[in-house]
Amino acid sequence: MSNRVLMKGNEIIGEAAIRAGCKLFFGYPITPSTEIIEYLAKNLPKAGGTVLQAEDEIGAINMCYGAACTGTRVMTASSSPGISLKQEGISYCAAAELPVVLVNVNRTGPGLGGLGPTQSDYFQSTKGGGHGDYRLIVLAPSKAQELYDFTLEAFDLAEKYRNPVLILTDGFLGQMMEPVELKEKPTSPEVDKSWVVDGARGREKRIIASYSLTNEIGEANNLRWEAKFNGIKEKEQRWEEFYADDAEYLLVSYGTTGRISKSVVLNARKKGIKLGLIRPITLWPFPEKAFIPYKNKIKGIVTVELNTGQMIEDVKLAMDCCVPIYLYRRQGGMLPTETEILEFLEKQFKLSTEEV
Amino acid sequence: MQKVFGRPKGLTEVAFSFCPGCTHGIIMRLVGEVLEELEIIEDTIGVSPVGCAGFCQDFFSCDFVGAAHGRAQAVGTGIKRALPDRIVFTYQGDGDIAAIGTQHAIHTAARGEKITSIMVNNAIYGMTGGQMAPTTLEGMKTSTSPYGRDLVINGYPLDLPKTIATLDGVKYVASVSVDSPKNILQAKKAIKKAFQVQQAGLGFALVSVLSTCPTNWGLSPVDSLKWLRENMMPVYEMGELKVAEEVKNL
Ligand SMILES: Cc1ncc(C[n+]2csc(CCOP(=O)(O)OP(=O)(O)O)c2C)c(N)n1
Ligand code: SF4
Repeated sequence: MSNRVLMKGNEIIGEAAIRAGCKLFFGYPITPSTEIIEYLAKNLPKAGGTVLQAEDEIGAINMCYGAACTGTRVMTASSSPGISLKQEGISYCAAAELPVVLVNVNRTGPGLGGLGPTQSDYFQSTKGGGHGDYRLIVLAPSKAQELYDFTLEAFDLAEKYRNPVLILTDGFLGQMMEPVELKEKPTSPEVDKSWVVDGARGREKRIIASYSLTNEIGEANNLRWEAKFNGIKEKEQRWEEFYADDAEYLLVSYGTTGRISKSVVLNARKKGIKLGLIRPITLWPFPEKAFIPYKNKIKGIVTVELNTGQMIEDVKLAMDCCVPIYLYRRQGGMLPTETEILEFLEKQFKLSTEEV
Repeated sequence: MQKVFGRPKGLTEVAFSFCPGCTHGIIMRLVGEVLEELEIIEDTIGVSPVGCAGFCQDFFSCDFVGAAHGRAQAVGTGIKRALPDRIVFTYQGDGDIAAIGTQHAIHTAARGEKITSIMVNNAIYGMTGGQMAPTTLEGMKTSTSPYGRDLVINGYPLDLPKTIATLDGVKYVASVSVDSPKNILQAKKAIKKAFQVQQAGLGFALVSVLSTCPTNWGLSPVDSLKWLRENMMPVYEMGELKVAEEVKNL
């Protein structure tokens, strides 16, 4: 039986969270993420869960922190200014190694910004965001089905690594209507829950905290986290390749622009330009492995981003800057057209064959 | 021979690390006794703040979660919503609950969150070395009010329990002191009631306890108690500030 339905992006995230067994959602409304809390307010109680609208985003993330300490599946969602407010709490969740699922429906900034699609929070998402040396696992869906699948999986990943997982989308993905197959969730792998606090019944008391005034202990903690992050880097890099095999040029783009870039590739191929696409799916860990086969093979790269050029730094590192790498960007909520991206590529690499 | 005085089971064997004469130790002991008497040690999850109060996570024998500065009640809310049949309490300094955590103090109370909060009011930031707190008294010298708290510059001290007592979701609020044996008994009664309110599933309960900080007040332990009595007790409304009808029948 097909379970294919037409749903709004944000609602898909809500539905997937329920099906993933999320029992608690703490949030504070902010456009363009609000449909997530609204959808869950309506539907999570029917599944035996609770939605609590917190006093602010700081309250919401700290409620998540508390709930996650009990081993309960918990999520919060917001948009950029709200995610900024959550950063302290996210840092604490990372330090206490808590499996919290976070959603950022990225809106433009800095400041209050606007509601249009943007990728301005790439640095904030992948390089820490809050204080201290931690990483979030960052998933970047680019279509309805991925909003669903990645949300389902985010809960497993968070528990597997005892680390917060961030789903990074934007207003375009959040507001669009697209068919999605509401697949049954595969059973989650058994995870160790011997760390949770739920009352010391017949066992030693447990403390979940992140305070250490002894530098030696502090370093031991950092080394333990580093080892975890290295393990995630090794095992969890994900990306999609599209016409990349024989490509002479590559676009690198994720999320909304990853979608647009696919059409650009098809258009270029029609014109005889051997263009391919690498679409990062995990933004952290950044899929460095994807680039290895192309290092001495291609002639150049264009990253397509909705910011001043953030992911391009990771692409340059992954490529060891061995080919020219250019940025094509739009900002402030504007989306590039397929034509303008292709024109940029042709101009940078002097590929314009037609208009001589 | 019968043992008449010992460590309550609600406390671990870890020795208190407070400065001499600091009444944090008395307050923690009272909470420890209450946990034992109500037989809730194994059902309880405590939330510790940042500050001298934060060391409590090592001293209580129940499970504990360490929160960020000011966030203990939001963290407690998350725990309680996940495990409604457990007892959840926060133990926070006045800076933690009445300055950086004020939004949670107000809204945890307004929601009638079924948790218990213990606020320790020593009119100063203890851990960070004696800076001005929202509870610092008029004219009181601290390292960030070296000429004394000036109401024009710094505003008035905040009597948080009094504010919290006005909110509907709140079932019990008391402001007590541990400066004398008599007051210690009163304080324990209030703390016990605040936990019983939660056991009965009634709503939010807050007990504020006036406490000394001899180190940062620059006074001897004995003089500190005297100072508390003479200066803090007249400013902060003392006694049971709110006892909801349902609580009277407990
Ligand atoms: C976000 C943040 N800001 C500031 C601090 C520094 N700080 C630690 S404890 C504290 C105040 C503690 O005072 P209080 O809550 O009254 O507790 P006490 O130490 O007196 O028990 C401050 C300002 C911090 N840890 N985190
Ligand atoms: S600094 Fe003050 S509050 Fe902290 S332990 Fe010493 S006396 Fe107590």
